[in-house]
Amino acid sequence: MSISLKLRYFAALRDQVGREEEILELPVNTPEELYAALQQRYGLTLEPASLRVAVNDCFVPMDSPLAQGDQVVFIPPVAGG
Amino acid sequence: MFQLSDQPLDITALRRQMQHPQAGAFASFEGWVRNHNEGRAVFRLAYEAYAELGQKEGEAILEEARQRFDIIDAACVHRVGALEIGDSAVWVGVAAAHRDAAFAACRYIIDEVKARVPIWKNETYPEGDSGWINAEYRATED
Repeated sequence: MSISLKLRYFAALRDQVGREEEILELPVNTPEELYAALQQRYGLTLEPASLRVAVNDCFVPMDSPLAQGDQVVFIPPVAGG
Repeated sequence: MFQLSDQPLDITALRRQMQHPQAGAFASFEGWVRNHNEGRAVFRLAYEAYAELGQKEGEAILEEARQRFDIIDAACVHRVGALEIGDSAVWVGVAAAHRDAAFAACRYIIDEVKARVPIWKNETYPEGDSGWINAEYRATED
């Protein structure tokens, strides 16, 4: 079953996707599955193992469940400081 | 106090906020924009942040520092937006009764901020190209 998700993109992911945010309907259950779908769709080069994910502005595991309307942000390796 | 700021850091004002009658020690760290990275000259850089999560994570790190170390106050401000060589990119300040806790907490905060807060650095090189640090040039943190 497809769910509607709000995606926001930052840094290298924003450059590769070519937009800052979008709403997608996809048949995915977890961030892990979602990222695989996005990799296929956009040819993303970052390895899933290098990413963290935030759902509704909280870090969560890549295999946590996604629900209708969730906001999902994949976090490329950070580089502050 | 954790803050993401698109304005130049006012170090004097930040330091003043750390002054408490009980404090006998103050340690601070400033990260500056340097003119080279990974063997390449750097012309300028820009920081981008996921502000909502960055704010929460930054505040969590300061709270951890207050729990782990015997300190009186701690603060961190990180710049976002375009920066030039020599600009202050990040400031950490810790006030404590004694210096050991101040040094240790300051080190803890900057290390955790670099590792956990969703901030990304885009470097522009004299040749005109640019890149996201860590994402494109290396997989491990420095």
